[in-house]
Amino acid sequence: MKFARFEGTRDAYGATLAKLGHEDPRIVALTADLAGSTKTSLFAKEHPSRFFNMGVAEADMMGVAAGFAMSGFRPFASTFAVFATGKAWEQVRQVIAYPKVPVRIVATHAGLTVGEDGASHQMLEDLTLMRVLPHMTVIVPADAIEAAAVTRFAASHDEGPVYVRLSREKFPIVLDEGYAFELGKSPILAAGTDVSIVACGVMVSAALQARELLGRDGISAEVVNASSVKPLDRETILASAKKTRAVVTAEEHQVAGGLGSAVCELLAEERPTPVVRVGMQDEFGQSGSADVLLAHYGLDAHGLVAAAKRVLAR
Amino acid sequence: MEIEALKRKANALRGDVLRMVTLADSGHPGGALGMADVLTVLFYRFLRHDPLRPDWPERDRFLLSNGHACPILYAILADRGYFPKEELWLLRKLGALLQGHPSTAWEIPGVEVSSGSLGNGLSVALGMAMAARLDGRDSRIYCSISDAECQEGQPWEAATAAVHYGVDRLCAILDWNGCQIDGHTKTVMDVGDLAAKFRAFGWNVCEISGHDVDAIVSSFDAFLGAAGSGRPTFLACRNTLGKGVSFMEDEPKWHHGALSPDELARALSELGVVLPR
Repeated sequence: MKFARFEGTRDAYGATLAKLGHEDPRIVALTADLAGSTKTSLFAKEHPSRFFNMGVAEADMMGVAAGFAMSGFRPFASTFAVFATGKAWEQVRQVIAYPKVPVRIVATHAGLTVGEDGASHQMLEDLTLMRVLPHMTVIVPADAIEAAAVTRFAASHDEGPVYVRLSREKFPIVLDEGYAFELGKSPILAAGTDVSIVACGVMVSAALQARELLGRDGISAEVVNASSVKPLDRETILASAKKTRAVVTAEEHQVAGGLGSAVCELLAEERPTPVVRVGMQDEFGQSGSADVLLAHYGLDAHGLVAAAKRVLAR
Repeated sequence: MEIEALKRKANALRGDVLRMVTLADSGHPGGALGMADVLTVLFYRFLRHDPLRPDWPERDRFLLSNGHACPILYAILADRGYFPKEELWLLRKLGALLQGHPSTAWEIPGVEVSSGSLGNGLSVALGMAMAARLDGRDSRIYCSISDAECQEGQPWEAATAAVHYGVDRLCAILDWNGCQIDGHTKTVMDVGDLAAKFRAFGWNVCEISGHDVDAIVSSFDAFLGAAGSGRPTFLACRNTLGKGVSFMEDEPKWHHGALSPDELARALSELGVVLPR
């Protein structure tokens, strides 16, 4: 399967946020010396009075963002995922999650696909760190179309904090223009009967490719876009597991604590089903180009095909 | 409220603090007693707020970043009418309004930020001050921090950013009592001359005794006069932990811990506070 279009989720975020800034004067954007990389520079250019670069100080940025939100603004705080959820986890817990302050934490450069910068910048534990926080919503857009839709959703979500995980690389477009994001809903992108692949982020495109490869071997795979990692779409995932009785989870993240864990927790309690989790197997990444890294760690279509055959062999 | 009345009020509030902590059988009385004077002056003379409308958007805000000192904040909020005084005696009990540390999650009226983890509050206060300016509101944002809290890194991030953004409606109030859980701050981790450090960061700095009510009043007046200066204000209050109770003063062990009934009786007697029947 060849994808026709590629676009960065962070590019879609930056463009959408700048556009939303014209519609909503309560939106403010903050970054920690990463305006260009997070594409909040687009917002800064069009709305300079509502853009705040806090310097290399992520903890302070989260607190300041909370102060804005508690004063009636709609703050978007953006930096790399490793800093947003690692350096500032304590601030996110204490002054954002616990008091349910609606800060939109939109983190870019998550996962292996950061590439050459290596393990220090390849955040592979952020879904775990954010998912365990009560009150926190966690979303991983599959492509730029979903990233734009989720940005729009986040702007209007005043009920509590949101964590949105974006990436550096340009990802294949897998969704249709006009796609509507709904929190807690995981649309089935391609139906199947033998195995369910529950994926998020760039792994959704890999899952679609794997589905095609599996089809050549007579295996019918269903692909679920689990962009809403928290809250999880329990109904869709349980129904898919009931139908196929075999599940593969796929994420550009440690298999511990992220989407794979969330799916296993659900299935273990509600419908025990054989599962194979594709993701980082309790190790850190390394330097390399994005494609090479994904293939090296089995986070590609071939890795998913192997995982599907393994779970079906049980 | 006039000077002598403020002094009497602060003393009465100290009595409430000690009763609360004794009834809770836990909590942090030392810092709370030390901050009683400066917070009394703030809440009874300077802060523009409305206990009947805690969410009034135009209000000034006070954030207790050194959240463990909350008994004095709770005592003040109850006395100002944010919630019934009876709530004070349920501090730290299951289901009580008054949590062990200030919480907006529990919607404690008058509490502006959830705190307890040291280092976080000044950033939130800065965000509120920046938001007020963006809104064109004249809200003043006051935020207390403690000296040992400055062992954390985050207050310095906020101190840098507050000057960079020229936020002159922000007033940090330093509870400079030289004590922390593990002992005297000079021994545990000397934070040095915090007034000089904040001055070097570019803040307007007033250094006073936090028990000199006249000086506190003058300092807050100076802060109000600093509007337009483009600099935040740092009110460095040399406080005495446990102020007003001889056996508690400057004793780090009273950072936290409840008083025995005998100790409470002695403390109230020294403060001249008579328990209501």
